[in-house]
Amino acid sequence: MIGYYLQLALRTLRRNVILTSLIIAAVGVGIGAYMTVLTMFIAMSGDPIPDKSAVLFVPQIDAWGPATRPPGTAGSVRLPEQFTYRDATGFMRAHAARRQTAMYAVQLDVTPPVGASYSQPGRAAYRDFFDMFEAPFAAGAAWKVKDETDLADVVVLGATLAARLFPHASAVGQTVSLDGRLYRVTGVLKPWNPMPHFYDVSGNPFTLGEQLFIPFTTAIGHEMQSAGGQGCASVPPPGWSGKLAGECIWLQFWAELPDAAAVRNYRQFLVNYSDEQRRLGRFHWPPLVQLSNVKEWLALEHVVPNEVRVNSLLAFGFLAVCLVNAVGLMLARFAARAGEFAIRRALGASRPDIFLQCLTETAVVGALGGILGLLLTALGLAANRASLGTLADYAGRLTHFDPAIMALTVALAVGATLCSGLYPTWRATRVQPAWQLKAQ
Amino acid sequence: MEILPILRALKRNKVGAVLVAMQIALTLAVVANALSIIQYHMSNMGRPSGMDETNIFTLQNHWVGQPEHLRASIEDDMAALRGLPGVVDAEATDAYPLLGGGWGWGIRLKPDPHRGAVAPTTLYFEDAHGLDALGLKLVGGRWFSASEIGEWNMNDLKGSPSAVLTAALAKKLFPTGNPVGQVVYLFDNSPVHVVGLVDRAQTPWPAQGFGDGWAEFSTFLPFQFINNGLSYVVRTRPGQLTAAMRAAPDRLSRITRQRVIEHLMPFSETRTAAYQVQKSESWLLATVVGLLLAITVFGTVGLSMYWVGQRRRQIGLRRALGATRVDILRYFHTENFLIAGAGALLGIAGGLGASLWMATHLGTERMSPMYIGIGAVTVLVLSQLAVLGPALRASLIPPSLATRGL
Repeated sequence: MIGYYLQLALRTLRRNVILTSLIIAAVGVGIGAYMTVLTMFIAMSGDPIPDKSAVLFVPQIDAWGPATRPPGTAGSVRLPEQFTYRDATGFMRAHAARRQTAMYAVQLDVTPPVGASYSQPGRAAYRDFFDMFEAPFAAGAAWKVKDETDLADVVVLGATLAARLFPHASAVGQTVSLDGRLYRVTGVLKPWNPMPHFYDVSGNPFTLGEQLFIPFTTAIGHEMQSAGGQGCASVPPPGWSGKLAGECIWLQFWAELPDAAAVRNYRQFLVNYSDEQRRLGRFHWPPLVQLSNVKEWLALEHVVPNEVRVNSLLAFGFLAVCLVNAVGLMLARFAARAGEFAIRRALGASRPDIFLQCLTETAVVGALGGILGLLLTALGLAANRASLGTLADYAGRLTHFDPAIMALTVALAVGATLCSGLYPTWRATRVQPAWQLKAQ
Repeated sequence: MEILPILRALKRNKVGAVLVAMQIALTLAVVANALSIIQYHMSNMGRPSGMDETNIFTLQNHWVGQPEHLRASIEDDMAALRGLPGVVDAEATDAYPLLGGGWGWGIRLKPDPHRGAVAPTTLYFEDAHGLDALGLKLVGGRWFSASEIGEWNMNDLKGSPSAVLTAALAKKLFPTGNPVGQVVYLFDNSPVHVVGLVDRAQTPWPAQGFGDGWAEFSTFLPFQFINNGLSYVVRTRPGQLTAAMRAAPDRLSRITRQRVIEHLMPFSETRTAAYQVQKSESWLLATVVGLLLAITVFGTVGLSMYWVGQRRRQIGLRRALGATRVDILRYFHTENFLIAGAGALLGIAGGLGASLWMATHLGTERMSPMYIGIGAVTVLVLSQLAVLGPALRASLIPPSLATRGL
C-alpha cells in the first residue's frame, strides 16, 4: 500500500507545482541554515576524547586566596585555572594519581638542514602525557623516565612536522635543531589533533595541534618561556628562579583517576596539600579545591563561545519560521485537493488510509526538502569557510561535513516535515465526502 | 470600516490566520535580534585603534639562538629600519592594538597590591620612538625621552617611574581634574607618575569580545622590552608602505640571517584578521535575515493565493452586490494588516523577551528597541507587498462568477 502511496505522492508533486516547491524551499532553506550553524556547534562542543573524558581530571586549588578574586564572584568561586610551578611540581612529586602530567605550551624555532628557520607550536610535558591523552605513535615511543631526570634534549614530533623535516626517511633516531640546540627524536605521532584542544584552553581552543613535544624538565632547564597565558597574584622575585618560586600561574596539570575511589582520594590529597601549604604559612585561608573531568572542564571554561550559542538559537528560530510556513502551505495544498480525498473516501478509503497517504506525501516532500537542505548546508559551510579566510585551518575543522551530519540533515528534514504535516494531514482526513462531492 | 466583517470571516479560518501571525512574530523576533547583533559587530569593527593605520606595517622577529647582547641587537635592527627610505619611525615592542595578545594588569590609585584595582589595563612597553612609530596623538603632557627608557625582562617585573595613559583610562581613574602629574600604582608600592595623555589607543584584544568597556584602557611604560621575540612596528610616509615593507626583511637579513621573520603585514591585515570571526558571523546573520524575509514573503504569497482561490465565489458575490475592485483589494490588505499586525505585536514581545534572555544568560548586548521597530515596519510592509499580487487577482474576479455556479 505504501508503495502505491509513494507512486501517488510522486505523481501529485507535479500538480500544484508552485505550492509544492514553496514547501520544499521552506523546509530546505530552514534545514540548510540550521544545519550550517549546528555543524559548527557540534564540532565545537564535541567530546574530544570520548574514551577517557570521564577519567581525566583537572584539579584546582585556591592558590591565590579570597583577596585576589575579582569582585562579585562571591557566590560562584572561580579558582585559578592554571598552576604555579611550585604547586605543579609538588603534585608531580606527590604522584597521587595513576598518571599525571604538568605541562605548558612552548614555541620553538626549527632550523632544518637546508632552508630558513621557522617557528612551531609545541608542548613541554611529562611522558604520561601520551598515554593519558591517547596520542597515537606512528613510530618510536615516548622518551624514558631517565630522560626526564637527566633533562635530556629529546623530542616527539607531530606527523606534519616529521613529514616536513624528514620527507624520505624515518625521523626516529634523527636529530632536530630546536632553538639552536640539537634534540634526538624518540618518536613520531600519527596525525592527532583533538578538538577542542581540551588539555590547554588558555589559548584558542580550536587551533591546529602542536607539532613538538619535549620533556617538561628539559624545557624548565632551558628556561623556555610559556607560549600560553599567565597571570600573577603578586610580583614574582626577579629572574627565572624567581618565576619558578613566585605566585604566577602558567602551567596546566592533569591527572588520570580511573574510578570513584581514586577521585575521592585525589580530592583528599588536594585538601591535604592545601592544608600543608597553610601550615607552611603560604596560604592564609581554608582549603578550597575542585576536580573537573574533561566535559566539566570544557563547560567551566566556556570553550563553546556564547556567540555560537546565540547563533544556534537564532538558527533554530529560523527553522521554526520555515516549518510554520510549511504548515500553512501544506494546509493549502491538501485543502486544494479536498475533492480528491472526498472521492477516495466515497470509494471506500478509510480515514487511516487517507492519513497514511497524506503522510507519505509529506515524507516525500520532506525528503526533497532534506536534499535541498543538504546542498544548502554544504554551500553554507563552504561560504563560512571562505569568509573566515586566514582562519581557514581552524574553519576547515569546524565546517567538516561528514556522513553522520548528512544523515542527520535528511532525517531532521523528514522528521520536521512530518511533524509539521500532522495537522494538515489530520484536517485532510476530516473531509466530509458527501458535502464535498455535493459542492462540486 | 469593514474590520468587523473581516474578523468574523477570519474566525472561520482561524488556523491559517494563526499560522501567518506566528510566522510574522517569529520572523520579527529573529530578524530584530540578528540586526542588533550585526549592528553591534559593525560598530565594534569600525572603532579606530588610535594608530596611523594606513601607513603602518608590522612583523614578528626572533633570532635563532639567543644573541649575546639582546638590547644591542634590537637597537641595530631599529636603526636599520629607521634608515629605510620612506620610513617615518620604527619601534620594537611586545604588543600593539588589535594584535590579539599582550600584557594585562590592574591599575590602582592606592599602593596595596592585593586589592583595589580601579581598572584593568593593557601595558605597552615603549621607547622614545613609540609615539611616532605608532602615530598616536598626544593630547596632554609629554612622551618619554630617550634617557628615561629602562629595560624590561620577561622574568623581571619592576616598578615604572612614569607612564602615559589613554584619555579613556585617565577619565576612568581621574574623572575630574588634570590627570597629568597624578600618581597611579601598578606592580608594587612604588608610585608611577602620569606624564602624558594620548587621545586613544586600543588594547590588543577588543576584537575578542571581552572588555568592551575598556577597549581603550591602555597604559604606556618607558621600557625597552628585552626578549627574543618582539613585534616590530614601522610607520612610513603616505604611499611608501609597500616599498618599505618589501625592503624591510632584506635589510634585516643583511644584519644577520640567523633569525625568523614572520607575519610581515600591513596593519590593515591585522585589523581584518582580528575581526574575521565577527565579519563572518555578520555575513551569516545577514544571509539568515534575507532568507527569512524571503521565506515569509513567499509563504504569505502562497497562502493568500490559496485563500483567494477558496473565496472566489464569495468575492464574485460581493462584486455582484456592488463592491468595487478597490473594495476587494482593500479587504485583503486590511485582513493581512490585521493578521500581520497581531503577529508583529507578538513578535515585539517575543523579540524583546529573547534579547533579554540572551543578555542575562549568554551575556550579549541588550537589543535597542529601535531594531524591533525597524523589524516590525519591515515585516508589515513586506507582508502588505506580498498580499498585493493575490489581492489584485481577487479584484479581477468577475461578478458573473456569483451567478455561474449556482
